[in-house]
Amino acid sequence: MARITAGIATSHVPAIGAAIDLGKTGDEYWAPVFAGYEWVRTWIKDNTPDVVILCYNDHASAMMLDIVPTFALGFAEEYEPADEGWGARPVPTVMGDPDLAGHLAEQLVIDDFDLTIMNAMDVDHGLTVPLSLVFGQVEEWPCRVIPLAVNVTQFPTPSADRCWQLGAAIRDAVEAYPEDLDVQVWGTGGMSHQLQGERAGLINPEFDNAFLDKLIDGTDELRAITRLQFLREAGSEGIELIMWLIMRAALGEKVEQLHRFYHVPASNTAVGHTVLRPVAD
Amino acid sequence: MRQRLYPLEDLEDIPGTTVFTARRSRQAYHLHKFCMSLMDKDNRNAFKADERAYLDRFRMTEEQKQAVLARDFNGLIELGGNIYFLVKLSNTDGWSAQKAVGSMTGMTPDEYAAMMRAGGRSPEGQKSKRDQG
Repeated sequence: MARITAGIATSHVPAIGAAIDLGKTGDEYWAPVFAGYEWVRTWIKDNTPDVVILCYNDHASAMMLDIVPTFALGFAEEYEPADEGWGARPVPTVMGDPDLAGHLAEQLVIDDFDLTIMNAMDVDHGLTVPLSLVFGQVEEWPCRVIPLAVNVTQFPTPSADRCWQLGAAIRDAVEAYPEDLDVQVWGTGGMSHQLQGERAGLINPEFDNAFLDKLIDGTDELRAITRLQFLREAGSEGIELIMWLIMRAALGEKVEQLHRFYHVPASNTAVGHTVLRPVAD
Repeated sequence: MRQRLYPLEDLEDIPGTTVFTARRSRQAYHLHKFCMSLMDKDNRNAFKADERAYLDRFRMTEEQKQAVLARDFNGLIELGGNIYFLVKLSNTDGWSAQKAVGSMTGMTPDEYAAMMRAGGRSPEGQKSKRDQG
């Protein structure tokens, strides 16, 4: 049977991708950011999953104009990196897992999550920057990826608690999959940041660090954070953190924190990163 | 009536913040269609060659077109725009996301970059218009 072996959370700032692609990771500005990912780069070598279910948001690259899905699951064999206005990132094609995706969709819709199915789409920095941060610059990604895109852009987004419930259902669905697979769930985006208006540049380290603390064993409090609280406290784009709750719920009740990192800033954003492992009851 | 956790009008209570709703999304549909067209290199070149002529291919309002020509990102957000679409325009210009975002704050790019390096904008006093009095 398939099993969820770990969860990774990370910010997915586009400038981080540009720093990798342009060879700037050793620059004074960027070195402290990438230092925070050295641990996971080593750890992943011995803990490479067969499949990553990667929760991210599409930044008006493949959706959000003509169609605005709340939860969209990738069904394709492969996904090309999107051209976001300066050419596509020079990273490998992302290989999907249509069979596991089909199983997930079946189980999740039966569990009342009315997913949108994406049979074809490009993937933007929201998905490829986390892959680059964890796997580095590679000829091909070392595992298959099932994109799970969440609307965190157009209000109302799903609630924190709805994301939690989805994560819990993903756990059950993975464990019901008959193949012998190691699956990781990644939650991406955040932490606090605001990319618009006079309040742009907002960073709330107190909120972010409390979120990282509670992600381990204070999850009831995280599930209760309202959209309005996310906006007020973490900035208009900080609500991306709801995607971390899908990851966390997929790990079950108890987790062990293997790694944690927090740094301000990367471009406009507070960078947060953690690696969690489920602990059997 | 169903119970809500807070009045939805409270979404308008956050200083310096415009919440991107379905109504605003519809208001900006053609503006956003223009923005997403810039994901294609040939379109970027056509836009750069004659911005006004390229904009006239889209059913945007004249106000939206003027705000694009002026790179007035606050204006574009007021006219329904959302930053994830609008960065296709600033990316086409070769601007960093930090330059595009910082342009909305009234600060110079250097001032905004320095604020971010120093830890960003504190949320204290920035959470509610009501609290600001």
